Amino acid sequence: MSMKPLLFQAGALTAVVEDAEQSFPFECCGFLFGLITPAHRHIEEILVVHNQVETNAARRFAIAPADYMRAERHAVATGLTLLGIYHSHPSHPAVPSIHDLRVALPMFSYVIASVHAEGLVGLRSWQLNVDSIFSEEPILNFIPTPWLHY
Amino acid sequence: MATLLIPTPLRKFTGDAGAFESQATDVAALLTDLAQQHPNIRQHLFDDSGELRSFIRVFVGDEDIDALSGTATALAPDTQVSIIPAIAGGSTHL
Repeated sequence: MSMKPLLFQAGALTAVVEDAEQSFPFECCGFLFGLITPAHRHIEEILVVHNQVETNAARRFAIAPADYMRAERHAVATGLTLLGIYHSHPSHPAVPSIHDLRVALPMFSYVIASVHAEGLVGLRSWQLNVDSIFSEEPILNFIPTPWLHY
Repeated sequence: MATLLIPTPLRKFTGDAGAFESQATDVAALLTDLAQQHPNIRQHLFDDSGELRSFIRVFVGDEDIDALSGTATALAPDTQVSIIPAIAGGSTHL
């Protein structure tokens, strides 16, 4: 099953990258809001939330239930759809881990930012397919530079 | 009448409805009612033994049912109940 590509509003893309870079060496996380059009999943804005993991926050993230409820209320208030989650993988590739897969939900986009001390090195998005396996969704307006490793 | 709020990623299984209303008087009956009327959501809420999946939380108002009486938590009329999926993950290495 081919996945519908993501198209980020420029400010939303910048906000994800800034959160990933500023949170380094710890994982950041947040919600993605937007609209599903015939051609794209259009990310209009993001909501940065606190990574509630207190130990090992460089390798894990978790979002509090209260923040999840806040995200659902934000979607209602703005008329946007809660389209997914973003988080960072400090010093690791932008591919889902077994920890990401374990609690992944259908229909959500999982945007992962690979970030090193020097800054962002990769940004990829994934969604569960009908077999509950992560399948990549292209991000149309993120152009990796040639030196990016992931 | 209790109102159950369905999280966005599970609305595919409720015909895009964001809320489900029921006359159930406790959480277990409410979730059973939901799964009977929308059978495709069952596998996302319950494991093979019929227990609520560990990554699904249920809140009555602003309180986690784990801090109340679990799925036996009674529902007063007009109670709002929320299904909250655990959102977590991380990179591969410890």
